[in-house]
Amino acid sequence: MDAEAAKLLGAGLAAIGAGIAALGVGNVFSAFLEGALRNPGAADGQQGRLFIGFAAAELLGLLAFVIAMILVFVA
Amino acid sequence: MAESGKIDPMHQFAIEPLFGTDHLSIGGFNIAFTNSALYMVLAALVLWVFVVGGMKRELVPGRWQMAVEYMTGFIKNLLIANIGDKGRKYIPYVFSLFMFILLANLLGLLPLGLFGLHPFTFTSHFTATGVLAIMSFSIVLIVGFAKHGLHFFSLFVPHGTPIAMVVPLFFIELVSFMVRPFSLGLRLFVAMTAGHVLLKVLAGFVINSANASPALGLTVGTASFVLMVGISALEMLVAVIQAYVFALLTAVYLNDAENLH
Repeated sequence: MDAEAAKLLGAGLAAIGAGIAALGVGNVFSAFLEGALRNPGAADGQQGRLFIGFAAAELLGLLAFVIAMILVFVA
Repeated sequence: MAESGKIDPMHQFAIEPLFGTDHLSIGGFNIAFTNSALYMVLAALVLWVFVVGGMKRELVPGRWQMAVEYMTGFIKNLLIANIGDKGRKYIPYVFSLFMFILLANLLGLLPLGLFGLHPFTFTSHFTATGVLAIMSFSIVLIVGFAKHGLHFFSLFVPHGTPIAMVVPLFFIELVSFMVRPFSLGLRLFVAMTAGHVLLKVLAGFVINSANASPALGLTVGTASFVLMVGISALEMLVAVIQAYVFALLTAVYLNDAENLH
């Protein structure tokens, strides 16, 4: 396998990370909705924490995207 | 166009000097007025017009004043919820930061291509978002050390840590603290870059499939175009969420500096 093919394969593999981060983001929002529907009164106060959790889960997917971009365009 | 089989989704991020300022330089550094700088000026200008238009201080606010007061009130609530009453003094900074990023994201999404102009999202460059992140991080450091002195380092060792765990925990917390400006800037930059690349790739599908054959254009091209419309709406949501997350995380980090743990 030549280096160019290996790079593109690696970029494709990095895309798996983006998909798995999607699971994480979905988990964050599903758990929030589950709790919010049980106790709607407390939901508004927790929105900040919802977005902190979302940001933390999303960052890992974005890192996978960065790795793919580095492999395709920089490496 | 039929032979342009290769699409280049990265070309939209190219920085180009405008108005013939290519060779303007100070001390050997090129300071050309680029499209990135133009959109920073535009974002600052729109923000200035937005705020000045609402600073009438009427007892019964009109629509414009209401809009400005809603945004400042939103940031005030965010800061008070995260920092407490001491958070009020950060309202000007976090409000400017939030609105600047929000306007930058939204200005970059404007369909100016219809008029032959080239919209540019400077938040899709790590140099721009990195500086914003370093600014937030510096304020955290300055406030933290000015307020608590060397006691600020107790941030890295939470209360009730067993003696044996102090050293490893200190290094773990130190790394998680030092990586903050990096992750703050990276998140905004990558989220904007990824969205714009996705839109351009789909636009490439539409053009290339229509050029290949009418049947492909009707099936693949139409489906891609519908997807583009949906993703444009999603991008507007992402533009707002990323600006909000940047302001929120700045508030959370400022809370560490103000109140320690």
